[in-house]
Amino acid sequence: MRSLTETIVAPATPTGISAIAIVRMSGQNAIEIANACFSKSLTKADGYTLHYGQVKDGETIIDDVMLSVFRAPHSYTGENSIEISSHGSPYIVSRILQTLIKYGARIAEPGEFTLRAFLNKKLDLAQAEAVADMIHSQSEAGLQMAIRQMRGGFSQDISQLRQELIDFAALIELENDFGEEDVEFADRSGLRKLVNELLSRIEQLRSSFVAGNVFKNGINTVIAGKPNAGKSTLLNALIKEERAIVSDIEGTTRDTIEEVLIINGIQFRLIDTAGLRHSADTIEQIGVDRTKASMAKADLLIYLYDAALMTPDDLQQAISELPQTRYRLVVANKADLTSGSIEHISISAKSGNIDSLISELERIAAQFEFGDQTIVNNVRHAEALEKSANALNDVLNGLDSGITSDLVALDIRQALYYLGLISGEVTNEDLLDSIFTRFCIGK
Amino acid sequence: MKYDVIVVGAGHSGCEAALSSAKLGCTVLLITSNLETIAKMSCNPAIGGVAKGQIVREIDALGGEMGIITDRSSVQFRMLNRSKGAAMWSPRAQSDRHEYSSIWRQTLEQHPNIHLFQDTVNNIVLNKDDVCGVVTQLGFNFQCQTLILTNGTFLNGLVHIGLNNFSGGRISEHKVTGITEKLVELGFTTDRMKTGTPPRVDGRSLDYSLMEEQKGDDLPSTFSFYKPQPLEKQLSCFITYTNTTVHDILREGFEQSPMFNGNITGIGPRYCPSIEDKINRFAERSRHQIFVEPEGWNTIETYINGFSTSLPIDIQERALREIPGFKTARMFRPGYAIEYDYFHPTQLYHTLETKIINNLFLAGQINGTTGYEEAAAQGLIAGINAALKVKNTEPFILDRSDAYIGVLIDDLVTKGTEEPYRMFTSRAEYRILLRQDNADERLTPLGHKIGLASDERLNNLNKKQQNISSILNILNNTSVEPSVINPLLEQANTSTITEKTKLSKLILRPQLKIDDILNSSIGYNLKEFETTELEESEILLKYEGYIQKEKEVAEKLKNLKHIKIPSDFEYNKVNSLSSEAREKLNLIKPINIGQATQISGVSASDISVLLVYFGR
Repeated sequence: MRSLTETIVAPATPTGISAIAIVRMSGQNAIEIANACFSKSLTKADGYTLHYGQVKDGETIIDDVMLSVFRAPHSYTGENSIEISSHGSPYIVSRILQTLIKYGARIAEPGEFTLRAFLNKKLDLAQAEAVADMIHSQSEAGLQMAIRQMRGGFSQDISQLRQELIDFAALIELENDFGEEDVEFADRSGLRKLVNELLSRIEQLRSSFVAGNVFKNGINTVIAGKPNAGKSTLLNALIKEERAIVSDIEGTTRDTIEEVLIINGIQFRLIDTAGLRHSADTIEQIGVDRTKASMAKADLLIYLYDAALMTPDDLQQAISELPQTRYRLVVANKADLTSGSIEHISISAKSGNIDSLISELERIAAQFEFGDQTIVNNVRHAEALEKSANALNDVLNGLDSGITSDLVALDIRQALYYLGLISGEVTNEDLLDSIFTRFCIGK
Repeated sequence: MKYDVIVVGAGHSGCEAALSSAKLGCTVLLITSNLETIAKMSCNPAIGGVAKGQIVREIDALGGEMGIITDRSSVQFRMLNRSKGAAMWSPRAQSDRHEYSSIWRQTLEQHPNIHLFQDTVNNIVLNKDDVCGVVTQLGFNFQCQTLILTNGTFLNGLVHIGLNNFSGGRISEHKVTGITEKLVELGFTTDRMKTGTPPRVDGRSLDYSLMEEQKGDDLPSTFSFYKPQPLEKQLSCFITYTNTTVHDILREGFEQSPMFNGNITGIGPRYCPSIEDKINRFAERSRHQIFVEPEGWNTIETYINGFSTSLPIDIQERALREIPGFKTARMFRPGYAIEYDYFHPTQLYHTLETKIINNLFLAGQINGTTGYEEAAAQGLIAGINAALKVKNTEPFILDRSDAYIGVLIDDLVTKGTEEPYRMFTSRAEYRILLRQDNADERLTPLGHKIGLASDERLNNLNKKQQNISSILNILNNTSVEPSVINPLLEQANTSTITEKTKLSKLILRPQLKIDDILNSSIGYNLKEFETTELEESEILLKYEGYIQKEKEVAEKLKNLKHIKIPSDFEYNKVNSLSSEAREKLNLIKPINIGQATQISGVSASDISVLLVYFGR
């Protein structure tokens, strides 16, 4: 449980593509924090006022927003509060959250806004039990989500490196607590090397944030197949079938994208590749290579074939030559014919009968589960990664300036704490256990 | 007559308990089975050490006695961990075992509120859920308002040497029965623990020329903040090592080892293992360090630190003689192991009063700890709280960010312990705040407020703090020219400066010590201050950022500690709590939300639920 004096932030509207999304922030410093990343000064803003401007992370503008100011005690929580209404994109919401965190807020615990409202006498005592139940059920759901994400492998590398850092921490503690005895000492150059490794790993993770990337860039989708397979027809059919708005979110237009298809709030970016939209006889070798490179980079590869023109053996051969991608769908066009034993879905692009493909795309979209909790957990991970990096840099600076081992140990503990937020917990007892198991101590 | 406080046991815990209650104005009866063994050091003749030394400083700062008596009976003083940074500095003294004991007895005898009586308590008397007296072996009934049990290793104590075992609280001393049985009958849970001690030998039979001498500090400091009187002369310790021949002989005795054949069931400390445990668990090591420690000014008896064992005596003797310097060693007393009853400390409040029986306090090894310092600290806290209970005033509880004593007691009552609990600096999350140099600043005002620390102690503290701020002023307001300071910087192996710089800025460099400045021409106006004041000023400057960081974290948690939970709260009625949390909360019965956050199995959402109930 974290402190109730801190300023908390969370999305207040369900996540997904929508017209408007609201981020809510509450706490003593809510107005100051908002002020630090808003285009206009809010320090003198009265309660119950609405302000138009931009949310900025330093010089970078994130979005045009409407911002409401509430001054304590006249807010839902009874504390100073800010509500930011932005465009309804998961990416924007997550960027706004990250920026507010950078300037001093933290992600709210489940039910924390309501809890604060209760503690500040905004809710009456009769509601206490209901509040408690809600906190319980929300955090259960949150826990499930977090566990699922962890299993996704996000934290596995970190976890291993963290274990190595614990071993170093144990060595430093050993030096500190048993320095009078015949014990080995922590090798500072090894520690430096490990910390650098951790830092570069964290850097990679920060930049290749899986879900973050999906928010930002969507799912790279390549439709591949022989020239006469009906790719263009399928593309057109997909665009026609699109069930959500296409928005021009910043960042989605950097690459050459043919079309953006949004299903359940997830963008599928149908990427233009040589050969994909051109006729077969003009393909040159260089174009084929480019297509192959695009396919290899794809998150989703849709392999389309004409069931009438391909024998099962040919199909088998073609599929075996496809690159590894995160998702792959084998789609039989002109579907009334058989394709042997290969697992596939059948459509008829020409007649617009592509429901089975759409439902597959929905299934993929669902795996990202862009609920509130996903965004929150992702921002939470980003927060932990950033703080871990800061603490690890402190360790390096400390080693460089030759500080004493009590302080080195403190910096390492900080780093372990934040790394622990990403992948499990570490307590002092773990450190002591590590010492007792590995070293012979005791006069 | 009815005593305000009865203390059972006169070890390190019982003595502090009796004296602190007496100082707070209570009438105290101290009952011990043997008045000749008051404050006896059952194991090594030393006080302090890493983390333990800090505890002694804290006991002293609060107005306890351990520091003063240690200073008066030391034969050697060392500040350990000098190179590890100020948070690690740890005072340690070798003591004159008999002197220590005898000064304690004099101190107790001199307090008018303390009555002493030699007898063995083997039952306690209750009035419903309140304790109201004790019954002794000789048939006496004593009445009291509060009772503090500090039975150490005596409850159903069982001594082991080889395959021999016999009852006893220490070797050659009777065990105590009746108390465990009574407490179990009242609903307390108990378990067995084990500890051990090495042989003592005749110092005249050792060849010290084959060992490495370890002298005391050239400029010894003291434990007590009160009228510190550093030692003028000191005795040395000596270091030697076991070898594979020693290990081979010890292994011959493994079959007859109560440790390995299952005779001993109690759990021993992993960090204070017997020599047989060390060679068994760390078979790859070809030697282990042995410290040869004098037992006092006027005795030839010598303590063999690092050689704790319960192997048969002939094996002990043969193995010893293979250690360099021990060829002709003559044993005074063999090493042995002892098993005893302890009570799970989760059955206690932070005041060390039991949750089941009112006005009954437990302190020391009976709570599963090891070490004189840990015992004394608990005795002090139990003594204070018993007295405060008698006076019907607010209990005295130290926070984890106040003192190692706070960490000790919070760990015990919140987490419990399965092996003998010893303090380590790594157990403290606010290590940078809990330094030996500032124990007086942290605790003397608190000790003074309850009437334990004298006015004089508080005045000394005020003077020290004024001097420190004068020193900081000087350092903040003195800028030095490069030509003046650069030679010094070069000497300290740190980069030189090119423009005038404040001393307070230069001192931030780990390489530059305040001593370097003091001993140079620019240090003339620092010479009037005490070394301890200069040292602490340097620490405050060098550690400022870290101190600030820890203070902020501590402050956050303290807010949750202000939210109290009634002790009779029924967690079972709160469906929103997880079932594990309900179980743990029912067991520990935290006194506030802050403590609840420390309990394993109680999650953040459980805490949120508790906040709903108690938050306003």
